[in-house]
Amino acid sequence: MEDTEIRGAPSVIDRYFTKWYKTDLKGKPCEDHCVLQHSNRICVITLAETHPLLQKGKAIKSISYQISSACSRLENKVSGKSKRGGQFLTELAPLCRITSTDGEEFTIFSCVRGRLLEVNADILTRPNLLLEKPSTEGYIAIILPKFEESKSITEGLLTRTEYEDVVSKRAAMKDLL
Amino acid sequence: MLPLKEKDRPIVRALLDAGCCARCILRFCCVSLQSAYRQNYEDLTCELQSFADTRETSISGDSAEKEQQDVPPCKKIRLDIEKGGDEDGKDVKESAEKTESNICVVCLGVLQHFCDKDFAKKIAETVMAEKYEFHSLVLSVSLPAQLSVREHSAWLLVKKEMREKTMCLGKDDVIQVKEAYKWILHSLVSQELGVPALAKSLFEVSVGFKHPETDGDCHFLAATCSGCFKPAKNKQSVFTRMAVVKALEKITEESFRRKFSCPPKRPTTLCALQEIQCLHVPVFVAGRYNKFSRTLPQTPWVIDGERRMESSVEELITAPLLSAFQAEGFNFSSSGRPFAVELLNPHKAQFSTEEVHQLQETINKSSSKIRVRDLQIVTREAVGHMKEGEEEKTKSYCALIWTQRPIEENDIEFLNDIKDLNIAQKTPLRVLHRRPLAVRQRVIHTMSAQYRDSHHFCLQLRTQAGTYIKEFVHGDFGRTRPNLCDLMKTETDILELDVESVDVDWPPVIPEPESQKGRSSLPEHQHKDTPPSQEDIQCHPLGSLF
Repeated sequence: MEDTEIRGAPSVIDRYFTKWYKTDLKGKPCEDHCVLQHSNRICVITLAETHPLLQKGKAIKSISYQISSACSRLENKVSGKSKRGGQFLTELAPLCRITSTDGEEFTIFSCVRGRLLEVNADILTRPNLLLEKPSTEGYIAIILPKFEESKSITEGLLTRTEYEDVVSKRAAMKDLL
Repeated sequence: MLPLKEKDRPIVRALLDAGCCARCILRFCCVSLQSAYRQNYEDLTCELQSFADTRETSISGDSAEKEQQDVPPCKKIRLDIEKGGDEDGKDVKESAEKTESNICVVCLGVLQHFCDKDFAKKIAETVMAEKYEFHSLVLSVSLPAQLSVREHSAWLLVKKEMREKTMCLGKDDVIQVKEAYKWILHSLVSQELGVPALAKSLFEVSVGFKHPETDGDCHFLAATCSGCFKPAKNKQSVFTRMAVVKALEKITEESFRRKFSCPPKRPTTLCALQEIQCLHVPVFVAGRYNKFSRTLPQTPWVIDGERRMESSVEELITAPLLSAFQAEGFNFSSSGRPFAVELLNPHKAQFSTEEVHQLQETINKSSSKIRVRDLQIVTREAVGHMKEGEEEKTKSYCALIWTQRPIEENDIEFLNDIKDLNIAQKTPLRVLHRRPLAVRQRVIHTMSAQYRDSHHFCLQLRTQAGTYIKEFVHGDFGRTRPNLCDLMKTETDILELDVESVDVDWPPVIPEPESQKGRSSLPEHQHKDTPPSQEDIQCHPLGSLF
């Protein structure tokens, strides 16, 4: 929103993407994700601005795509137009684990069902990208939902307005305590 | 007189007993005289029967007398043609129940019933109904795979006879069913349609047969030669002709005889016509186009069945072509401004230069949003060349850039000095749904920047063909590196993009006739000075980049 005001024209994200949100992933307060859905149905998974990692004072110690001994998201390989070979993810499939310098561990989840196309390897070498540009260069992963499911994948997600609602309710709760 | 020799007699007898038809018998005797096959079927059968019945000691000269004494009535051999498989095999069952089946155990009736004048007429009628323009045709026949199995079985029978008489004949000397069939049918179809039937032609008529009753004949091969039969997703049956032929080459005689009867079992139904299909080779039409609208996409823009933008370059060019060539479909490809359309199964394929020029005018009159030039019919090879040289081609663009941080004139000067910048572009997100994920190495040859104001400048670029300009400017989530944001050390975005020129010399320029001279030389590059507008930025698939 603020973007447009400064630049006088919609940004790349505004032009091509719809923002969807998932809040309090796995019950953990404020661990919010933002799914950028392209008009061509491709989804980019990013951290929402309210995620603890993006709050002041947080620094990243490590990021790992090795989510189990048998599975590393980094090894995901797709080939061809239909992206054969990509790992199929469900909404709560873990994408990566991030540890902050103060010892907290966060898991980032897929949020949508679909084929994993790629994870952002750049943030492994430059973790600051995630903190500074979480919505663009600091993205986590790119997922291609099944064609038939392109509309239904957003059923479990919140719109921008609904998200803002949740955020303001949280602030109100905080004030009460 | 049939061109058969003494040595053929035992083979003829064995095959007659097995239930083989007259023409198949000729094939196994390696008769290559085409006219023998074209003979009337009943006459042929009678001659063959008498040849078989003649005592071995008779020489050709005396045989005529002897034949008259020994010949049994030919009537019992005659196939009940009136009740043949013409009408969906409805009546065939009746006749089959009446007499012992006379349907050939090898060709399943193809060489008995489907190569007479009536059938040729039927083919001709079907072809004429589809209204094609053609000056010759090639006839292709597809037979059910089990014919190879039955052929193999009959061949083993023939081999046995030959061994006993110490003869030597190769399987390759036997005339193939398809060949004999074409020998007969070619001239008949030619006569009906008034054009020659050749080995190669632009127009193909395919006749397909099916025989569900014996489809199971092939199945035993899957057990014995499982390696040959791999289930392919697109094929209905695993038992393709190729696979069956391969398996037959591998299987031993003993294995075969164990699993399949030698001679083959008599069928109760006649082979049925599956379809008669007509196909004309595609015609390739090429040209060059200019686009005069920012909002016109290259290909139809449809999301979830809903059209997002009216029309497209592709539709404006191909609609008149599809109609004129009466084609059933098309493949549109372009290397930027030069384009080529493959028109599939055109019912009309011959056009003079003037007629093609007329078509060009029709396209140009249909919309003010595009203009086509140099429209011409080209060969498939020429289209290949269009795509080939893409890596070496360069393209020039002019882009209007927005910067997040305020800039001054000297902030953009350094861009003019950058030469041959190598960039790596991952498949842009906006096309990733339909393109493979890959990294493309591209070169930005030169750039030239013109200052506009504290947040805008115009950037001219000359790049290697295939470079995604927009992604170079905004970075595409960092998936194009280096990108303009990296170079300028600020967020940058693209507001407008124009193609300046495409440096390619194909398709060949066609000089416009005198009357058109004034209109033909429009510059490739438009809209240089239009200010940015909301509409411009919102809907901009910009197919011209591909």
